[in-house]
Amino acid sequence: MALQLNARPPAAPAPRTSRPDRSGWLSRIDAKYSPYLYIAPFFLVFAIFGAWPLAYTFWVSLHDWDLLGTDPTFIGADNYTQLLADSDFWHSVVNTLGIFLISTVPQLLLALWLANLLNRHLRFRTGWRMAVLIPNVTSTAAVAIVFGVLFGREFGMVNWLLDLVGVDGIEWKSNRFASWVAISAMVDWRWTGYNALIFLAAMQAIPRDMYEAAAIDGANRARQFWSITVPLLKPTIIFCVIISTIGGLQLFTEPRLFHSGTNAIRGGPMRESQTLTMYMFENAFAPYYNFGYGSAVAWLLFALIAIVAAINVLIIRRLGAGARPQLGGRKGDSR
Amino acid sequence: MSRLWRASPLTYFALIAATVLSIFPIYWMFVVASRSSDAMGQLPPPVTPGGNLGANIARLFANTDAYFLTGLINSAIVATTVTISVVLFSSLAGFAFAKLRFRGSNALLMVIIATMMVPTQLGVIPLYMLMTKFNLNDRLPAVILPALVTGFGVFMMRQYAGQAVSTELIEAARVDGCGTARIYWNVVVPALRPAAAVLGLLTFMTTWNDFLWPYAVLNDPENPTVQLSLRALSDGYYQDMSQVFTGTAIATLPLLLVFVVFGRQIIGGIMEGAVKA
Repeated sequence: MALQLNARPPAAPAPRTSRPDRSGWLSRIDAKYSPYLYIAPFFLVFAIFGAWPLAYTFWVSLHDWDLLGTDPTFIGADNYTQLLADSDFWHSVVNTLGIFLISTVPQLLLALWLANLLNRHLRFRTGWRMAVLIPNVTSTAAVAIVFGVLFGREFGMVNWLLDLVGVDGIEWKSNRFASWVAISAMVDWRWTGYNALIFLAAMQAIPRDMYEAAAIDGANRARQFWSITVPLLKPTIIFCVIISTIGGLQLFTEPRLFHSGTNAIRGGPMRESQTLTMYMFENAFAPYYNFGYGSAVAWLLFALIAIVAAINVLIIRRLGAGARPQLGGRKGDSR
Repeated sequence: MSRLWRASPLTYFALIAATVLSIFPIYWMFVVASRSSDAMGQLPPPVTPGGNLGANIARLFANTDAYFLTGLINSAIVATTVTISVVLFSSLAGFAFAKLRFRGSNALLMVIIATMMVPTQLGVIPLYMLMTKFNLNDRLPAVILPALVTGFGVFMMRQYAGQAVSTELIEAARVDGCGTARIYWNVVVPALRPAAAVLGLLTFMTTWNDFLWPYAVLNDPENPTVQLSLRALSDGYYQDMSQVFTGTAIATLPLLLVFVVFGRQIIGGIMEGAVKA
């Protein structure tokens, strides 16, 4: 910045005076107001289809409001008090948090490990990167259907493999915990490689001589990983955790299509894996079309995401704090 | 130096394992898609392609529950329209935020970043009501309109324009009497082309893949997107799994093709975006 200021000669105003007055006036208007023209489409579309619905969801949630919507009556916080006493709602909260936990933790740890592998001198570098990203560029709906079959009770490949090693067939769809595991497996399959690439990008920004210095001091690979890589990756880890939190707590397509038939939106006959978003759908659209109640679920989902994201950040800050001093003065040079 | 970063045979073994796990479900999808419907009842499960793909495709397209061809066409229309719109408006706004001075630009940029944090499904119910009011339910504009711009796109273009568009060039163009519109077209657009390509690819894939909002707003079974066709197939009373898998394979194919051709750019885009996040 400073360099630019010094280098630029004060020549810019000169041509303006030599120009006809009208064009100078026009170009000043252009420079001053045209930026708003360029950003207008975003804000216009966002106002109508993004911001307004967000606020309106809250307004709807304060009403007894059904599909016909002929005469929605204001009922204040009734939908919320009813929800907080609704066992199906809490059931879906537990499902959502359970699936989130058992998918996100292994996913990010695996991604860190995978990124560490990809950060070596490799043959076919691009090939490996493409291979781990392939799951991310498939159709979620298609994958959910395929995994639904892989985790089938009778002829599913997973149970067949388990049988080979002497484990009895698992009821992946009608056992609550098992269905969480199956859904987590497809989430992890899809997102581990993506997160690994993000971690890899951050790892490559770490100066390599730090590792050499550590190696000379006698730190082995594992020690280097936990004392150099992980602490320096903290901003990226926080980023990935927040993205995974927002995505993980909104889970819908995978659990919805994991089940088929009449109880699909309930996540199985006993709501084994009904997530919060599915519960919102069940209430807001078919079969109930209760917009008010569904909107209240949507806002509580938002609150849950905010709470979990905040907790995540706090935990990671804490974890990182212990490792930081070991880096001494070196940490400043990479991000 | 090199000893620390050498990949051991164990590294390659782990990477091969990761690759097999990544590719197997997709491969197996194509295996079942090419077999007859009794393949699903076989143990051990078949892992090599059969010769039934043509027959399965014919049955799939003739299936009157799925409207698969309509789904494909609809998805192509939606994804193309949204991609063009997102790339155009993101590059315009990204240019303005990165290179033009205007009152309130920092605050407005913060708004855009904030929109990236808000889950879309929060607004699904009012959006549905809005579309009902506009009489757009069950029609494609209902799917397209809310997706025309994304905060992510603007943010990404702004980051890229900040370093790829030279300020000196813009000033030189101004001195020569260029308006900002011409500067955008003649200076900014050529410089943004690589980022626009990545954004376009990511947008196309996300839109093609979208399920939640189309599921909410397109209730007419005769007018689905391809992902809704898949739902209709898999929820059917009698499940002909080889036909369903033919559907999932065809729905995945455009994404895989895009990835095979542009994989390098997509990976670069993801890693690039991450460095700046």
